[in-house]
Amino acid sequence: MTNYSNKIPITIEKKLTPSPLTSILVPLFSIILSLLFGSIFFIITGNDPVEIYSVMFSGVFGSAYGIIETIVKSIPLLLAGLGLSIAFRMQLFNIGGEGQIYMGAAAATWIALNLAGQPAWLLLPLMMLAGGVAGGIWALIPAIPRAYLGVNEIITTLMLNYVAIYWIDYLVHGPWKDPDGYNFPITSTFSNTAHLPVIGDTRIHAGIIIGIILAVILHFFIQQTKFGYEIRIIGQSQNAARYAGMNIVRKIIIVMVLSGAVCGLTGMVEVSGIVHRLQSGFSPGYGYTAIIVAWLGRLNPLAIIITAVLFGGLQVGGYAVQMQNIPVSMVMMLQGSLLFFVLGGEILTRYRITLKNRSSQGDGIS
Amino acid sequence: MNVEILIPILSTAITAGTPILYAALGEILTERSGILNLGVEGMMLVGAVSGFMITLITSKIWLGLIAAMLAGGSMALIHAFLTITMKANQTVTGLSLTIFGTGLSAFLGKSMVGTPLKTSMEVLSIPYLSKIPFVGPIFFEQDPLVYLSYILVPFLWFLIYKTNFGLQLRAIGENPAAADSLGINVFLQRYAYVIMGGILAGLGGAYLSMFYVPTWMENMVAGRGWIAIALVIFATWNPAHALWGAYIFGGIDALGFRLQAMDIMVQSYFLKMLPYIFTVIVLIIITRKNAEKHIGTPQALGIPYDREER
Repeated sequence: MTNYSNKIPITIEKKLTPSPLTSILVPLFSIILSLLFGSIFFIITGNDPVEIYSVMFSGVFGSAYGIIETIVKSIPLLLAGLGLSIAFRMQLFNIGGEGQIYMGAAAATWIALNLAGQPAWLLLPLMMLAGGVAGGIWALIPAIPRAYLGVNEIITTLMLNYVAIYWIDYLVHGPWKDPDGYNFPITSTFSNTAHLPVIGDTRIHAGIIIGIILAVILHFFIQQTKFGYEIRIIGQSQNAARYAGMNIVRKIIIVMVLSGAVCGLTGMVEVSGIVHRLQSGFSPGYGYTAIIVAWLGRLNPLAIIITAVLFGGLQVGGYAVQMQNIPVSMVMMLQGSLLFFVLGGEILTRYRITLKNRSSQGDGIS
Repeated sequence: MNVEILIPILSTAITAGTPILYAALGEILTERSGILNLGVEGMMLVGAVSGFMITLITSKIWLGLIAAMLAGGSMALIHAFLTITMKANQTVTGLSLTIFGTGLSAFLGKSMVGTPLKTSMEVLSIPYLSKIPFVGPIFFEQDPLVYLSYILVPFLWFLIYKTNFGLQLRAIGENPAAADSLGINVFLQRYAYVIMGGILAGLGGAYLSMFYVPTWMENMVAGRGWIAIALVIFATWNPAHALWGAYIFGGIDALGFRLQAMDIMVQSYFLKMLPYIFTVIVLIIITRKNAEKHIGTPQALGIPYDREER
């Protein structure tokens, strides 16, 4: 093999299959390294990283409340993460999860407000349907130019996030504003029948069941069906798929709409399960965090359950340190750096790094 | 509409377009070298917060600008290391750079939210040129950073199309293996251009927080980094086209601002949507046009260069 620099005493060789050990160790070390990386910025700004991390930790694990909230926060991340993973698998970068969540929530709200008081068996399925359709349509808008003209979907889906957020701002400040809401930008509270059932006395709602069922369905869908197989092939090589006679244009549209529909459902679940009304900024960037959740779970639906809980905990920890006048958005800094290390660490799963001065090949750190 | 109303709108279009222009010029260099950096939004945010913070502390504009450029450059260095050396997926790395930058800038800027900046750059009228009717007050009664962008555009155009540096830059973006075999250091050059992209994005962010607004607000770049990436496609990777493209986007931005100020009965939420909707529509039209004219992205864009697979 060629080695482009003789000054660096390591060689990098391609490995054919990643070892299972590295696929666990890389994320684990990435978490530790990203916490260390984050602490650089805490120290620069005169904060004590040990204190911040222990407050975060006890905020999550220190009480039943913390653990329950972790699960509550992981529900939208799980759902949106699953939604995005469908598109990512085909190398379609739907970054519009946030906007699709907002549009789904708005459609579900429309049903809840207009059919207020109707029985739950009618209301909840209708709200879910509306949420899914709205999210799907919001993803269809960028899907069509992507499929037919190859218009970059990353930019268009992202731009539509801003449009959706301003649209919801308009609704809750204008036509949908609660007349008894003391002028707050919120809609009226949903009737009880439009609330997702909760588990016991907690805030954990049926969204978690929807999420887990969806993860299992997606897992089988991708592994067992022809459609799932084709998505994987197109994701790996569009040319190969085209030669095999697959209709890529149609697949792009279907996959984007499915992805958007699941994100729209996420919005419905969040307003029906937690907020019980529409308000501006109800999602603190779930659609963006879900990008990392999906990628960290290697787009594997079952693994996304785990990464969603991890990031739910991170979010709760972020709220805990807010007391110390540290903004929640600090969490995004940690999330971003976590992904840096995971991405950088991927080379360890794909390549074998060997110290050059050791002659035998078996000494590789893998 | 008479000229008295038009001049301030067009003049604001230039100021509003300048941060997008700087970021787009940076991204042109980055993408020309074959690296896609979707972290522009994050680099602009970190540049905006750093520039604002240092200017607030030191009361020296030039120190703020240097800080912003260093911050943007360091952010880009992360991207360069991950995508060039570690051969990580460029799309995902760029996205995480944006997420990281959004969080980092919010964290660093928390205590300064809403603080006004007392030190600002004076508008500098260019003698003679600013006296030209109509054109003068629009183009030549601006601040020095706008003038710098006027110089930077032809400079970069000349660099890319007329110099040996530009030839090498285009070569590593189109066919890195061939460039490598001619003795061009693909890795080193890609690092340099990605970092330059970050420096310019940082400067664009600083222009926003230090002169255009001028204050710090969480997430104040508000998608302009993404608009800059769209602008690169719009400009077909040519700095000269990026100039007027940026002013069109700036114009849409400024128009919403002006209409609101003039109290025209359009809901402000719809005005705020305008630049984003406009970007989507323009991107669709331009992608179609580029395909007809066979103007493509740099061939090697987004593909990590691996000497082994040469």
